[in-house]
Amino acid sequence: MENIPKLLDEQGRRIDGRAVDELRPISIKAGVLNNADGSAFIRWGNNKILVAVYGPRECIPKHESSPYRAQLRCRYNMAPFCSLAEHGKSGPSRRSMELSKIIGETFEKVVITENFPKTAIDIFIDVLQSDGGTRCAAVTATTVALADAGIPLKDMVAAVAVGKIENKVVLDLSKDEDNFGQSDNPIAIGVRDEQIFLYQMDGLLTKEEIKEGLRMAFAAIKKIHSLQLKALEENYTSQEHQKFISLNMPTFKI
Amino acid sequence: MEIIREINGELIKNLLKQGKRADGRGKLQYRKIEVEKNVIDNAEGSALCRLGNTQVLAAVKIGLAAPFPDRPDEGVLSTSAEFTPIAASHFEPGPPSIDSIELARVVDRGIRSSEIVDLKKLTTSNPELVKAIYLDLWIIDYDGNLFDASTIAAVVALKNTYLPKLENDKLIYEERVEKLQTKACPISCTFGKIENHIILDPTFDEEISLSPMITITTTSNHVCAVQKSKGGGFSKNELLELVDLAFEKGQEIRQLLDLRELD
Repeated sequence: MENIPKLLDEQGRRIDGRAVDELRPISIKAGVLNNADGSAFIRWGNNKILVAVYGPRECIPKHESSPYRAQLRCRYNMAPFCSLAEHGKSGPSRRSMELSKIIGETFEKVVITENFPKTAIDIFIDVLQSDGGTRCAAVTATTVALADAGIPLKDMVAAVAVGKIENKVVLDLSKDEDNFGQSDNPIAIGVRDEQIFLYQMDGLLTKEEIKEGLRMAFAAIKKIHSLQLKALEENYTSQEHQKFISLNMPTFKI
Repeated sequence: MEIIREINGELIKNLLKQGKRADGRGKLQYRKIEVEKNVIDNAEGSALCRLGNTQVLAAVKIGLAAPFPDRPDEGVLSTSAEFTPIAASHFEPGPPSIDSIELARVVDRGIRSSEIVDLKKLTTSNPELVKAIYLDLWIIDYDGNLFDASTIAAVVALKNTYLPKLENDKLIYEERVEKLQTKACPISCTFGKIENHIILDPTFDEEISLSPMITITTTSNHVCAVQKSKGGGFSKNELLELVDLAFEKGQEIRQLLDLRELD
């Protein structure tokens, strides 16, 4: 059996040196793809996730379309090379299908779908490198990609996971903390209306710990939101003619 | 396919009659080529190639596998290509499309025949296990000529691949001990014909009007893979001329990207 690493030291520092309420370095770039209607690339710790948005466009197959609103569809997909472990399988897994569903549902009432009846809006998420917290990074980047596509939104959604390691509530779990910790609790929040659009948890938490997690998440969401705005601003003030992705773009502590 | 691209086809043909291309390039000129290497730390090797607006990521994972029964003393090389819907509005999720399989097979033939990697050096002390190279071509943004962009990304990724430590028939992915040895440097050149005009490095719009297309992969002294695709044909002289051109352009790209061939 593998040894469980010590996740918090005596000074309350985590394996990667972070404090309990500290985020990993993050960076977001909007408008990185030429064919997609909207796109965003996010680096969050060692996560590298690319999101493309198409639409509103013709809904195929037609029987999925609604006369009242656009159909919002989401596909979360992990590249077979995204983890340090052995080469994975291509295509959907039970996990990725669940994530596709809940990420799509996160945005279902955020996107003003009733403006575009009979159409489809497609969100495609490719996890190129995974390091824990991919769904939260994906939700954060999806908001930017939707905005980049010019799709009207009622709110901007940012997400972060909280969790419990060594009996302490901590912010933004890394892969090891997720694997060896006691609880994982991803949360997505609409920044303006403070609605919780995604909430999952596993492990054991007391009500007090849930409250502490929510406090940490709400505080962190504001910081993450500032990066979303920065990415969109930079995209519209950029002098570059060609859209391109730089997978090694620098990340920032916030 | 979007109707606007069909209309663009007429424009492309009319411009070619005047010896011009829609993006201002010469007929035998590549778009801007840029390569970013070591972009996915979790993969043992990786590179992103941008060819104009086409963007392709190549990632190499090392694994262990049983050798093929007819080649017990060789490692395994497996190439696959994913046309993720991120890259173009007509790429759909699902099992590999016919085009993605062709792409993977053509790139695979180029690198395999060139012997960029000596598969005989990928055996382990256990005769039932050899090292396997899994090469994934991840199409991120599609604006034509995936063959050349993918081959460049694949070559740069393989040339920057590190092998993980092997201990008791298991790979320790956290410890990378040595660089994967590579020799040759195959480069592919894709040409197309539009009404008797031969063009190099076709864009998405140009590819729609092409018939036929040919991809010729060369090292500095050998042709190592060819694929003629799309309808229509080349004359014998055209084919031989294109082989010469592929050698010339291949050499230019090796110089541009500072890729050296070792004996």
